Amino acid sequence: MPQQTAWLVTVILVAILAATFLRIVSTASSSAEYAPIAKRATSWRPRLFWLLALFTVVVLAFTLRRLPYSRGAGGAPAQVVRITGSQWAWQLSHDTVQSGQPVEFQVTSNDVNHGFGIYDAKMRLLVQVQAMPKYTNMLRYTFAAPGRYTIRCLEYCGMVHHEMRTELIVSGPAAAVTRGGQ
Amino acid sequence: MSAPSVTPIDAGGRRAIVTYLTSFLLVLVLMALLGVLMRAVQGGDVPLAPRLFYEVMTAHGISMVGIAGLGGAAVMWYYLRRYVELSSGVLWFNLVCFLLGAVLLLAAIFLGGFATGWTFLYPLPVHSNGQWGNGAAAMYLGGLLLIGVGFLVFYIDAGRAILGRYGLSRALGWPQLFGRSTEEAPPTTVVASTVVTVVNGLALLAGATILVLELVAALSPGFSVDPLIAKNLTYFFGHVFINASIYMSVVGLYEILARETKRPWKSSRPFLIAWNATLVMVLAVYPHHVLMDFVMPRWMLIMGQVLSYTSGFPVLLATAYGTLTIIHRSGIRWTLVSSLLVLSTFAWAAGVIPAILDATIVVNQVMHNTLWVPGHFHFYLVIGQVAMVFAFALDLTRGASPAPDSGADRLAFWIYALGGLGLSLVFLYSGHLGIPRRFAVHEQAWMPYARVGALFGVLAVVGMLWFALRFFRRMGTALRGS
Repeated sequence: MPQQTAWLVTVILVAILAATFLRIVSTASSSAEYAPIAKRATSWRPRLFWLLALFTVVVLAFTLRRLPYSRGAGGAPAQVVRITGSQWAWQLSHDTVQSGQPVEFQVTSNDVNHGFGIYDAKMRLLVQVQAMPKYTNMLRYTFAAPGRYTIRCLEYCGMVHHEMRTELIVSGPAAAVTRGGQ
Repeated sequence: MSAPSVTPIDAGGRRAIVTYLTSFLLVLVLMALLGVLMRAVQGGDVPLAPRLFYEVMTAHGISMVGIAGLGGAAVMWYYLRRYVELSSGVLWFNLVCFLLGAVLLLAAIFLGGFATGWTFLYPLPVHSNGQWGNGAAAMYLGGLLLIGVGFLVFYIDAGRAILGRYGLSRALGWPQLFGRSTEEAPPTTVVASTVVTVVNGLALLAGATILVLELVAALSPGFSVDPLIAKNLTYFFGHVFINASIYMSVVGLYEILARETKRPWKSSRPFLIAWNATLVMVLAVYPHHVLMDFVMPRWMLIMGQVLSYTSGFPVLLATAYGTLTIIHRSGIRWTLVSSLLVLSTFAWAAGVIPAILDATIVVNQVMHNTLWVPGHFHFYLVIGQVAMVFAFALDLTRGASPAPDSGADRLAFWIYALGGLGLSLVFLYSGHLGIPRRFAVHEQAWMPYARVGALFGVLAVVGMLWFALRFFRRMGTALRGS
């Protein structure tokens, strides 16, 4: 899960930074001539720059390989669900989809900006996209397992924002798709 | 070029700066308390109607963004005034606009029920579904416009003064960067202030544009704005403004640490590269706020991620690295002021890490609009930018022969640092669990995190309160000067 990776990376890098600051702070009260310190720092800065640059290039290359913006890539999806947000309810063209097959969510809004976020039964956020009036965002997602999923609004949209949610049922591959929905 | 002459600040300027800082501290403490209240409500410990929660949330957000700018402006003006001729009248004008605008904002929120969150994201201000009227929306948008006009005049005055003394290219060190000039580049304060003046001037124009468009929409119901363009204008303005608030405040770090360590913090070549790169990147990086708007041009979204990563370089390699270099074996005496400055540098650099991760598209898809977002901005604001302004304010009160810090001062520092750090980490941890931001009511399973966050928030407020009281007790020294 990207969330765990982000949390771990944050904790590790912040801890390294904190240790570096504490180390320098612990020696700051003693005195030494500045010129040699400045000279040494100047010589180290380019090395640090290239190290950071290398790290950045590697991470960018890795994380930019698969983006969620592939409109129409991979052919027509087997399942399409039209999603419309409005203060403070979701309208779904279907409330049931199949696991194991890509679903294309066509997400828009009737009024203000909303955020279409899908949570699993363990309340983990799986994926999201913005729901905006006058625009339709296409989100493709393949559910790995059947179950009941919760759709929450993730863009503040007014006084009942926190209650704007509905349910999406993901059935096994053999089950039929139910039309209608909420 | 010889060392720049330094012009001492006059009594009128001092009065204005002290009034800025007084406004900053009062609003900060009050709004921080409202922040704690919101976390306590989310923790289920304090009952508060969702309607009022969202009003409080709007007031907290817009007030904190506003005073971040106000505090930063005080720091920048105070030090920039040493090198160029700034107008005290303009400084007062900005403050008057700010205070009048603040009255309109608070009236719109608490009397008119206006509660869009501070970002006033179109079309919510004019599409409230019966929650507030267009009059309240117009009052909020008009109040914010007034504050923006004050800041715009402030930057026009700064730009006039900088251009008059240095010219744009010299103020940004271009002869040293791109030519063969052997002259010493302008002071760090001038370089940083020039960057802020350019980028925040543009941001305020973008902000004014969307505010006027929304005002027209509020007053003429048939008029509408493209929501995607509105979103881009809003986030461009918001992103640049809050970053510029940090950049203005960091001027104090350069000036005070150089004095405290008795070592020069000069506009070296890496420093100039960093600030010139910042000038470009801070203007172009804002699409990382719209990564989940898939209809945006793809190149802009990729640019948003790439520039978010490279934006971390100047912070780490110029300011954080420079801070560590200048204090290393410097014999510095640790006081509240120097401690707050080093803490602020750490928090700025550390808070950038989760911010960059959030700007990674594949991470943003599961982190956007979760508590991860307030996690990173509280990190570099609560114990970053705010600590810089505290350090500046307390430094002004020290006088020629400052008394040593007391044990209570040191305790307050650690309580504040622990509170700010804990508050931010709890936000981040909650965000990684997928807990949404801007929810008045939390699920039962999320409540313990909100409670712990509220406790850390109380600690941060205790520290802030102590620093504010320390400033008010010795305000006379700040007014007289050392």
